[in-house]
Amino acid sequence: MRTIRFLLEKEFRQIFRNKAILLLIIIMPVMQLIILPLAANYEVKNINLAVVDHDHSSYSQKLISKITASGYFKLTGYNASFKEGMKLIEADKADLILEIPHGFERNLVRENHQQLFIVVNAINGVKANLGGAYLGSIIRDFNNDIRLQLLPVSKFSGAAVIEISSSNLFNPLMKYKFFMVPGILAILVTMIGGFLSALNIVKEKEFGTIEQINVSPIRKHHFILGKLIPFWVLGNVVFTLGLLVSWLIYGIEPLGNLLVLYLFASVFLLAILGFGLLISTFCDTQQQAMFIMFFFMMIFILMGGLFTSIDSMPDWAKIVSRFNPVSYLIEVMRMVILKGSGLRDILPQLGTVGVFAIVLNAWAVWNYKKRN
Amino acid sequence: MSSAFAIEVNELRKTYGKEQLVAVDDVSFHVNKGELFGLIGPDGAGKTSIFRMLTTLLLPEKGTAKIDGYDVVADYKQIRKTIGYMPGRFSLYPDLTIEENLRFFATVFGTTIAQNYHLIEDIYVQIQPFKNRRAGKLSGGMKQKLALCCALIHKPTVLFLDEPTTGVDPVSRKEFWEMLKRLKAQDITILVSTPYMDEATLCDRIALIQNGKILSINTPQNMIQQYPEQLYAIKADQMYELIKALRKYPEVMDCYAFGEYAHVSFNGSFEDNKLKTYLKAEGLTQIEIKPVPPTIEDYFIKLLKN
Repeated sequence: MRTIRFLLEKEFRQIFRNKAILLLIIIMPVMQLIILPLAANYEVKNINLAVVDHDHSSYSQKLISKITASGYFKLTGYNASFKEGMKLIEADKADLILEIPHGFERNLVRENHQQLFIVVNAINGVKANLGGAYLGSIIRDFNNDIRLQLLPVSKFSGAAVIEISSSNLFNPLMKYKFFMVPGILAILVTMIGGFLSALNIVKEKEFGTIEQINVSPIRKHHFILGKLIPFWVLGNVVFTLGLLVSWLIYGIEPLGNLLVLYLFASVFLLAILGFGLLISTFCDTQQQAMFIMFFFMMIFILMGGLFTSIDSMPDWAKIVSRFNPVSYLIEVMRMVILKGSGLRDILPQLGTVGVFAIVLNAWAVWNYKKRN
Repeated sequence: MSSAFAIEVNELRKTYGKEQLVAVDDVSFHVNKGELFGLIGPDGAGKTSIFRMLTTLLLPEKGTAKIDGYDVVADYKQIRKTIGYMPGRFSLYPDLTIEENLRFFATVFGTTIAQNYHLIEDIYVQIQPFKNRRAGKLSGGMKQKLALCCALIHKPTVLFLDEPTTGVDPVSRKEFWEMLKRLKAQDITILVSTPYMDEATLCDRIALIQNGKILSINTPQNMIQQYPEQLYAIKADQMYELIKALRKYPEVMDCYAFGEYAHVSFNGSFEDNKLKTYLKAEGLTQIEIKPVPPTIEDYFIKLLKN
């Protein structure tokens, strides 16, 4: 115990002495948590729309104003021919073309039937998808209005209609921030813990200070614990700051128990720190460690379920993400914060991450060789 | 366990890499208790590899080594408690101060600065005025002193100093060797390595090492006495021309540059005037010839040639 105490004293001294890094550790995540959720917007707005109107009727005008009034679309072109509209797409000035055929109003009134043509620029998949869907639903809406106008209300009118009403559980207003903020916080905690620990032992190797440690009677697990604990404390500090930011700025109050959240974060930190230390024991230079950590971070983040739902991944990716500790943290954060899950609900995730923590740290101790 | 020798090395061998590069080639030597023993050899001779094996950082491929009777492979835990090691490269924490470094290494070995202060006092007083300065900001000489303090603070029985004076100015080098002499008086066995031949005479005994092999082990005085021929130092205005001319001279057995002089040994008899006339005929001026006592370096060069 005494050994660990003075190893910790030394590590903390070194951390607090490097003021620049300390500030980066504390301030950067806070800044990112304030800025990133504002930028990571899942609502698609400002879709550039070019309209090719061959009809120039009051109906076509009504349709266009209904579309632009929705707030999702920006009318960037009002062209007479489809060719001109295509040019706008090619110049990246339009994302969508809506072609209104000649005789739109007349046919609609007389024959109760008309077709519209939508062209979507699918380079940006998300924008194209959502834009197309928005436009489709606006047109459907428009269609209903017309039907109400044209068909007199009569007892014979219309076929049976199924009306759908939905209720969004746990996030009633579907605020994307409510699920983005906990996810981004999870990633920030992962990055801080992962990089700090990955670079630490390797730094001692680069400076040669590890030689002096290796010839001393310090036990291997003492040394690793001496590295683990300071970063674990720092990780918890960052986590606390993050929760404060999401409460103060985004008004997100965890529905579940804070203790449950902290318990999971603590175990998760042990796992990710163990992973960093393991990398550190394999590498000889900070550059190597940095690149390896970067590689894994990309996988952790992109396959963590923050940006794309794990459920919609292919089977092999689902298996990979099962070994991704970050996916468990993101999942548990959302469960506890948004849904109010208790300890019993998160036990499977807690157990898995706990196993990660034990295996990774034991591996790091085993792989750290005092001689070769 | 007790042993007559502080360090006992038997046919130690280490090769590196796929090419089986031999770094240490069946090296054997022993160091008596309280002795100041020097490993003298050029860069890449295998000195650091020997040090790393003796300090339990590197596993020997073959052979055995014992420190105070403890085997470096089997009893490495015991050895780590009793030795002090100062690697060739400065390896203290640059972001900790002098005092913090010293206290850290004292606690690592389960002792305190106060307990063994008498050992480091002479050295520590010199750096004490800067005790709150970070180790990374110290000058080369001060770094060496601090490193020596840190290696000594747990009262080791054997001290390993790997090229402690490389890259240190001549005055600090001299001071450093004086400190080593005082440590010897405290009954600490010291194994030191250096590429500087002039430092060899300051050791009790030395081993000359080249390409992983020990060429000779003796006291520096004996080595100098063993030098078979009389050596002459010869100087002229043009060194390169002088050596070329000397090598052509039939009686010259050996000839090499040594500072501003050429050191020369001769076969059989040697006549001062005859050589001078020859050199003048070769177009050299300001010729100076004088007999000199051989140094360790001369001895080393002779060993290498054979």
